[in-house]
Amino acid sequence: MATSMITTLDQSSRAAARGFSDISIRNLFIIPTILFLIVFNIFPLIYSLGYSFTDFRASTNAPANFVGLKNYRDLLNDPYVWSNFAITAKYVIISVAGQLFVGFGVAMLLNRDIPLKGLLTTLLLLPMMLSMAVVGLFWKLLYDPSFGIINYALGLGTFEWLADPKMALYAVALTDIWMWSPFVMLLSLAGLSAVPKHLYEAAAIDRAGPFYTFFRITLPLVAPILMIAVIFRTMEAFKTFDLAYILTSQPTTELISIRLYKMAFQEWQTGRSCALAYIVLIMVLAITNIYVKYLNKVKER
Amino acid sequence: MRKIMTSVLAGIGLTLACGTSVYAQEKELTIFWAEWDPANYLQELGNEYEKETGVKITVETTPWADFQTKTFTEFNAHGDAYDLVVGDSQWLGAGSTGGHYVDLTDFFNKHKLNEVMAPATVKYYAEYPGNSGKYWAIPLEGDAVGWAYRKDWFEDPKEKEAFKAKYGYDLDVPKDFKQLRDIAEFFYRPDQKKYGIAIYTDNSYDAMAMGFENALFSYGGELGDYATYKVDGHINSDKAVAALDAYKELYKFTPPGWAKTFFVEDNQAITENLAAMSMNYFAFFPSLINEASNPNAKNTGFFANPAGPHGDQFAALGGQGISVVSYSKKQDEAMKFLEWFIKDETQKKWAALGGYTCSQAVLKSEEFQNATPYNKAFYETMFKVKDFWAVPEYAELLQQLNQRIYPYMIGGEGTAKETLDALAADWNATFKKYGRVQ
Repeated sequence: MATSMITTLDQSSRAAARGFSDISIRNLFIIPTILFLIVFNIFPLIYSLGYSFTDFRASTNAPANFVGLKNYRDLLNDPYVWSNFAITAKYVIISVAGQLFVGFGVAMLLNRDIPLKGLLTTLLLLPMMLSMAVVGLFWKLLYDPSFGIINYALGLGTFEWLADPKMALYAVALTDIWMWSPFVMLLSLAGLSAVPKHLYEAAAIDRAGPFYTFFRITLPLVAPILMIAVIFRTMEAFKTFDLAYILTSQPTTELISIRLYKMAFQEWQTGRSCALAYIVLIMVLAITNIYVKYLNKVKER
Repeated sequence: MRKIMTSVLAGIGLTLACGTSVYAQEKELTIFWAEWDPANYLQELGNEYEKETGVKITVETTPWADFQTKTFTEFNAHGDAYDLVVGDSQWLGAGSTGGHYVDLTDFFNKHKLNEVMAPATVKYYAEYPGNSGKYWAIPLEGDAVGWAYRKDWFEDPKEKEAFKAKYGYDLDVPKDFKQLRDIAEFFYRPDQKKYGIAIYTDNSYDAMAMGFENALFSYGGELGDYATYKVDGHINSDKAVAALDAYKELYKFTPPGWAKTFFVEDNQAITENLAAMSMNYFAFFPSLINEASNPNAKNTGFFANPAGPHGDQFAALGGQGISVVSYSKKQDEAMKFLEWFIKDETQKKWAALGGYTCSQAVLKSEEFQNATPYNKAFYETMFKVKDFWAVPEYAELLQQLNQRIYPYMIGGEGTAKETLDALAADWNATFKKYGRVQ
């Protein structure tokens, strides 16, 4: 049954001439990948699950002691960890909503016949091609209250973007929005260009207003692809590390991944950080699952 | 057949001979350190060693931000990429109990390094646990926190007059924390883009702790009892609370956006005409007297950390000792390098290159003290320094300190007493977790 699903090798192909069967070709390609996945992904995943129930510290020679669910219990009772989760949630909401708004908006603007459209789209894509660390470093300069260009351009004087505990998270989210809106824009453009033109013509004949056309035709038809953008961006925003780590060190911007990094590689609490990594993994899986369920519903419509 | 065998054997023999001779030429030691000027000086010193012995020394570096992470990743993997590591003083506990460092006690005693090196450097860079007589490193780079200031601002007659009128005493290098605060307030003029003082506030590693310790130790406070690990009544004592308040007070007079600052920003405060005074490790001062890196080089002066209200005067310790990595396959060669390094003439060379020697003889020499504008302040400071906890779990203690003090310092949450009470409770819980207190 399984073999019937695999398309058979073309008899005249060079691979067939060399005596490869389709099965051996399949094995040739898939087995190394699976081995790679097992060695570098699955095995550490299971191994770290084991560590999450111990008090293991990679920096000492002390043997790991089994402590049961203590790590999980401690972490879930730690007000700092909860505040890290709350900060992460706030960050994800601001940053993904911002990217969706800006990205989709720009896509709507670009989705018409304008001169140099191709060039414009390519230029707008530049931010997401940069490295996160580089973006972090130069936005730190842009935000600088003494010589940063943002305060200069907006006439804000010495407004402290990153040193103000309340503002810092928004500043990080703003940078993330700048960087990743193009990604949402790209997906939205693909979705928008796939909307059949005759629907708009029919709406125009029926004298539907622009709002009605947008909410009844454009949005529902682009929604599935927009949802995919949201899933990707949520997962990415949830695990943001470099951008926030480079820009500021405020406790109000300590995302869960920064906390995890500190616990694992500065304090060397290996067992505990494995437990935290599992908690984060479960959360990301749960959120993604909800999205996927919703995405399927949207597609059915 | 026999002929073939002989030629094969000869071939193998020849290969081995070549191999060993090549190996002898390529004797090489790798020293790992953070990326900063002293590491370049150490490389130059290493080049001298190569000239004398033929053993090539490579000083490998990484930025400060991931120095700790990278070193311990290598240690935890039992890797032999580095033969020697110039490790931070707080690492002694983790390095020794984790089996990463070679025990240097015999070497230490044989060469009487106790007497050769300055006492504070032996205590904080080499010995673990405290007063155990067990040594894990050779003091290499002495360092402590000192201050740089703008001589031209301080010596301006108009400023002097205005200062005297406002505060009732002469404007000069601050003798205590009250004067430090007054001067910072005096020069704090946001409308002229001039600010009073630059301090450490970064909470990602030990910057914030070092900055706070300068106030804490001079105010007569302590982090805790290093022998019994009792912290309650020490870190939250009245003196400690007053010290934290004094440090927070200084934050008011810093340039704008001074919330994630360490040595780079603090030197910039002087080079970019931002602040009148700036806290920094002595190791970063060479670039302040260099006109290529500091346009105000001629107008930059230096002073030791001022005294507190009760006359105590201490400073937070930086600096590192050099340790032999226990996973290195060239430990003998590494020991030979250390033997060369501790010689008096090597230490003199080290100081001349720009390294901060810990050798008492060199430190006390006139030649050293007059070599730069800050060497005298350095010499004075090195005999009154104190350090952070050096236990293996120091990183957790550091994180807890950052977590408690930063929101109070920068965000203005709670009071100094509440902050330090909470920190005492955190530290006590950590010491309990590792079985150091009941």
